[in-house]
Amino acid sequence: MTEPLLSVENLHTHFETHDRTVHAVNGVSFDIEPGEVVGIVGESGSGKSVTARSIMRLEEPGKIVDGSIRYRGEALTEATDETIRRLRGQDMSMVFQDPMTTLNPVFTVSEQIVESLKVHDNPDHQPLREYLRIPFLHDRTDWAEKRDRVVELMSEVGIPNPEERLDAYPHEFSGGMRQRAMLAIALASEPDLLIADEPTTALDVTIQAQILQILSDLRASRDMSVMLITHDIGVVSEVCDRVIVMYGGQVMETGTTEQILTQPRHPYTQALLDCMPQQTERKEQLATIEGQVPNQLGDIEGCPFASRCAYADAACTSASMPVCDCGDGQEAACCALDRVPDPTREAVGVEGSR
Amino acid sequence: MWKYIVRRIISGLAVLLGVSVLTFSLTFFTPGDPARTILRKQMGGRSPSQAAIERFREANGLNDSIPVQYVNWVTDVMQGDLGASYHSETAVTTLIGQNLMPTVELAVAGLAVALVVAIPTGVISAVHKGGRLDYGSQVLALLGLSMPNFWLGYLLMLVFAVQLGVLPTHGFGTFGHLVLPAVTLGTGMAAVITRLLRSSMLEVLDEEYIQTARSKGLKERIVVYKHTLRNALIPVITIVGLQFGYLLNGAVIIEMVFQRPGLGSLLIDAIFARNYPVVQGLVLIVAVVFVVTNLLVDITYRYVDPRISLGGGGE
Repeated sequence: MTEPLLSVENLHTHFETHDRTVHAVNGVSFDIEPGEVVGIVGESGSGKSVTARSIMRLEEPGKIVDGSIRYRGEALTEATDETIRRLRGQDMSMVFQDPMTTLNPVFTVSEQIVESLKVHDNPDHQPLREYLRIPFLHDRTDWAEKRDRVVELMSEVGIPNPEERLDAYPHEFSGGMRQRAMLAIALASEPDLLIADEPTTALDVTIQAQILQILSDLRASRDMSVMLITHDIGVVSEVCDRVIVMYGGQVMETGTTEQILTQPRHPYTQALLDCMPQQTERKEQLATIEGQVPNQLGDIEGCPFASRCAYADAACTSASMPVCDCGDGQEAACCALDRVPDPTREAVGVEGSR
Repeated sequence: MWKYIVRRIISGLAVLLGVSVLTFSLTFFTPGDPARTILRKQMGGRSPSQAAIERFREANGLNDSIPVQYVNWVTDVMQGDLGASYHSETAVTTLIGQNLMPTVELAVAGLAVALVVAIPTGVISAVHKGGRLDYGSQVLALLGLSMPNFWLGYLLMLVFAVQLGVLPTHGFGTFGHLVLPAVTLGTGMAAVITRLLRSSMLEVLDEEYIQTARSKGLKERIVVYKHTLRNALIPVITIVGLQFGYLLNGAVIIEMVFQRPGLGSLLIDAIFARNYPVVQGLVLIVAVVFVVTNLLVDITYRYVDPRISLGGGGE
């Protein structure tokens, strides 16, 4: 097998509060292959975003205390600042959740894209006078030339009339437009891995669909890998090749999108899918998972989902969970799989497969 | 934009009108007869005769009713005439002209000292939050805030002029004469700006767009001095603008300490001598400075923060 693009192993990211430690990410391992779209799903507080930020090494004020992150074999946890900057400028980009707050309000959108292009050109040489655009001291022709590239990027992400919007500020853009602008900033560094942290959560449904469409188009045209963080199973089914289900800072289950959606093995994945409104009859009360996400203060013994799990027994809260192979690459971290109903077998027996 | 500036100038004129009415009536409600006070001074302390007082009043229009006096004064001001000093018969405009530049020079130098000290200190303090540099600068800022500036002035004079002898103790004219007064004046303001910039920087550093800037692979220096500082300066500009007016006030005391000529010493002398034309002229000039700096601050805003549209939303 070829080397994965990104390999995360036993990652632990902690946050020190004034009296205790929050174990936001607690032993997460997964790989992302070149050209693959991987979805990371889970409730709020399951450690998805912290995992993403740890990969970008933006985990502050948290700390990576254990484990490794390798990008094309290079260990990011031990890399120097220069290496991290080079990777951010040329290999990995990130799109954040809320486009209303992720663009700098005092610079034009095009300037923010140009910055990204400049870093991509030369991540090791970033003179302050050049970036501050001090009159007479910066290279005007360079900025002018880059504007053409900005226009290309803006039309690639679906911003209409990009030439007219070169001097626009973020506040002159709508939410959907801003998220497109964020995508253009991310794409300016020609990434091989795009990390999108709930890129559509803050947008309305029609815009959501457009952004997802752009994401899958870009992935095809640029042949990049995408790590898509979401809590929306619908989003996963539309664009992802593979899904990682997270809970309590740990990976609960991984598998192809098909496997996770049609034959989930982990009780948490099953409960999560049951909560989808489509699974409920009209006018019936929507299904929920009783209880709350653990606060992850201090060390956690056993399975983080045990307190809310219908199949839990004493064994679930005492030891760490074994990762069970469920066939065809699907894996679930659960010690009670023999008690948990298996949708593959049920489906054959009861109503035929989907 | 121009419409906005014209509107602001008109409202500024209204402010000046209000200020002039207030000062004009205040000077006439304060005890002490200008004719008597000034004649006594001119006669070396002896009481002037009633006839002399009457003559003085007649000559200076003091026998008219206060509204008439005010209208006469305003009419003159419109023509660029602020009247003449009771004391020396010199035109007030000439007196102000002679004393304006030293004060403006001092205020601008004080502001420059404050900005040069405060901007790097505030930034470094915020970037190294909780570290030694931060604590050090916080302590210095507190000191700068709590020291009365006349005392700081004498202290600096003692060390640099008397002990070390590197700078003149008092006087006016050369760059050397400007250093100690400017440092004295700038210290308090530097302390205010440092603290304000520090908290403003800390707030901006927590913004999501700073994470975006880092995620692009920008160096921390560019993240701090471009993306953070530009946003953090927005509240600082307001304070700098307001403080510039107060710098003129501070200059009054510092001009006394360092025996510099200037509007401050002119104003104090005029108040004690009941030299009303000079007092009114000076107050008007200071009010003009306040109105103009406020307008400049609002225009500067537009350049620093593109979200602000001048003219109240609809352009």
